[in-house]
Amino acid sequence: MTRYVIRRLLYVILVILVITFISYVVFFLMPSGNPAVQFAGKSPTKALIHQIEKQFGLNHPWYVQYGIFVKHLFLGDQYGWPGFGESYNTREPVKNELFSRAWVTFQLAVGAAVVWLAMGIPIGIVSALRRRTLIDRASMGFALFGVSAPVFVLGLLSLWIFWQHLRILPGTGYTSFSSNPAEWFLQFLQPWVVLSLLFAAFYARMVRGNLLETMSEDYIRTARAKGLPERRVVFKHGLRASLTPVVTMFGMDFGLLLGGAIITETVFNLPGLGTYVVQAVNDQNLPAVVGVVVLAAFFVAFFNLVVDILYAYLDPRVRYS
Amino acid sequence: MGQTASDAIVAAEHGAVVEQEGVRGRSPWQLFWYRFRQDKLALTGLIIIVLLGVLAAIAPLISHGIVHHGPNQLFSNTMLTQGGIPKGPNGQFWFGADSAGRDLFVRVLYGTQTSLEVAVIATGFAVLIGTVIGLIAGYFGGAIDTLLSRTMDVVLSMPLLLFAIGIVAACSTTIQGCPIGPLHLTPGLPIVIFVIALFSWPYIGRIVRGNTLSLAQKEFVEAARSLGASNARIMFREIFPNLVAPILVYSSLIVPSNIIFEASLSYLGLGVPQSIPSWGRELSDASDWFTVAWWMLVFPGFFLVLTTLSFNLLGDGLRDALDPRTGR
Repeated sequence: MTRYVIRRLLYVILVILVITFISYVVFFLMPSGNPAVQFAGKSPTKALIHQIEKQFGLNHPWYVQYGIFVKHLFLGDQYGWPGFGESYNTREPVKNELFSRAWVTFQLAVGAAVVWLAMGIPIGIVSALRRRTLIDRASMGFALFGVSAPVFVLGLLSLWIFWQHLRILPGTGYTSFSSNPAEWFLQFLQPWVVLSLLFAAFYARMVRGNLLETMSEDYIRTARAKGLPERRVVFKHGLRASLTPVVTMFGMDFGLLLGGAIITETVFNLPGLGTYVVQAVNDQNLPAVVGVVVLAAFFVAFFNLVVDILYAYLDPRVRYS
Repeated sequence: MGQTASDAIVAAEHGAVVEQEGVRGRSPWQLFWYRFRQDKLALTGLIIIVLLGVLAAIAPLISHGIVHHGPNQLFSNTMLTQGGIPKGPNGQFWFGADSAGRDLFVRVLYGTQTSLEVAVIATGFAVLIGTVIGLIAGYFGGAIDTLLSRTMDVVLSMPLLLFAIGIVAACSTTIQGCPIGPLHLTPGLPIVIFVIALFSWPYIGRIVRGNTLSLAQKEFVEAARSLGASNARIMFREIFPNLVAPILVYSSLIVPSNIIFEASLSYLGLGVPQSIPSWGRELSDASDWFTVAWWMLVFPGFFLVLTTLSFNLLGDGLRDALDPRTGR
């Protein structure tokens, strides 16, 4: 088990290296403008541009810059560990900006995950157990709508209805929990629900499909034949096998979300990683972009690892060696 | 692709007729079609898609012949108030005006064109790449398979939108765009199509690889090999025809996500350029104006959801018809 975890952790590092490398290649080999020129302001002198290039290490070829970046990431830079460098825009350490943004995204992702699990899994179970009934049809109709409606359409519609017309929910923006818990909750309610609908739809379909398949297995018939109550057959025997793929999916989705829910954050104007990276891309603020990419890749790889380890507990057939 | 499918049906029917005496057997394609026809929802989806396709194709006829407004024609004097607020639907402007004073009906109509064009072309490329790579991975196995499968895993676990934004932004700073080998990606449609195809081929690749893996063990492949057929021939002439059905199903299921992908990029202001009407861009415009101009949100939003919904209905129907065990 320990060896397995170590191997997977090495794989996490490899994935981060590959993904940051791709980001560097994309930003440096493509003919975008020189960030130093942009940074120098109006009518810059050659000397000024040179000085800025030197300050940010832009005078080196891109692969040397990548090497320096990797070194700082793993060993830390003047702002401590992990070293993400300095924002071209604000001259603040990217690390601080990343962490404060990541906290907002984290609140969004956790809330949305709670909503989509609480919606998707029960809907899926009920649909599978009441197959071909009205409840099943309605649930699957909802799921179909959920996978078809883009987040920004849902988000804008929700704002239009609940904020503008009914006036029961606040509009866009972010309120911290410590400043006003009630306002914080109301403010996050729309982003949570809107973001979770797509996932809830996917999970409902997946749980339904898996449960239907599991319930036709031989061991379910055996469980019924030995006289177990149906409730026990479903929850103890059926669900356990059909929820393991859901756990995998959840780890992946949650990891991806922590890297920034770009559209949701944009629609609701939340200062999370998603809006941060869009801004950074528009400003050609490479350290900020790469910072978000590294963080996102780390979350994905990390949650995949967590899920794989969880698997050993959920599914007794899985053994790691 | 439709061509291949109908060819296969014709070929299958032909085969069925030749070997028929007494009881009439049905080829898998006939069964597939028979089951598909029973599915009212999937048929509805197909009909709506066809209608939208026709609408997109005749968009210039409608805009010039019936409403007499061009997609980029400005009506700032008649359709914007003194304060610059767009006016709502009326007899001449069925969907009202957008924030620049353009006819929203015409914009939405042309948006259909953009949306379908981008999604279908990008899906086409994704299917092409996914099929070739999936076939190679599944057929040769071993180290080649490991390498290609890992690549697909990595692409699928990447934050897609994040990378798409990065690439589109990096390639859109100059008019020349990004020359990548023989591909010359200019800002606008080409780069958007490239990015969407780049991130959607692994979905097809995985399905094709999985199917190829089991098909490669079948007797007919062994028979072809013992007759001296080359690897390329076995892959494309023997195995590929068996993959047409799953490829068809899964490509109809990635079209709606590609439509949303394009709309999302346009929503963030990184998709197609201003001059080309796009639902995503109209909706991004609407995000600043919906409090005073509901039509800017409702009409493009309705068309977008209708289109993705129809493709999802069609895709689900095709999948169920192909494999009844997944049934509703």
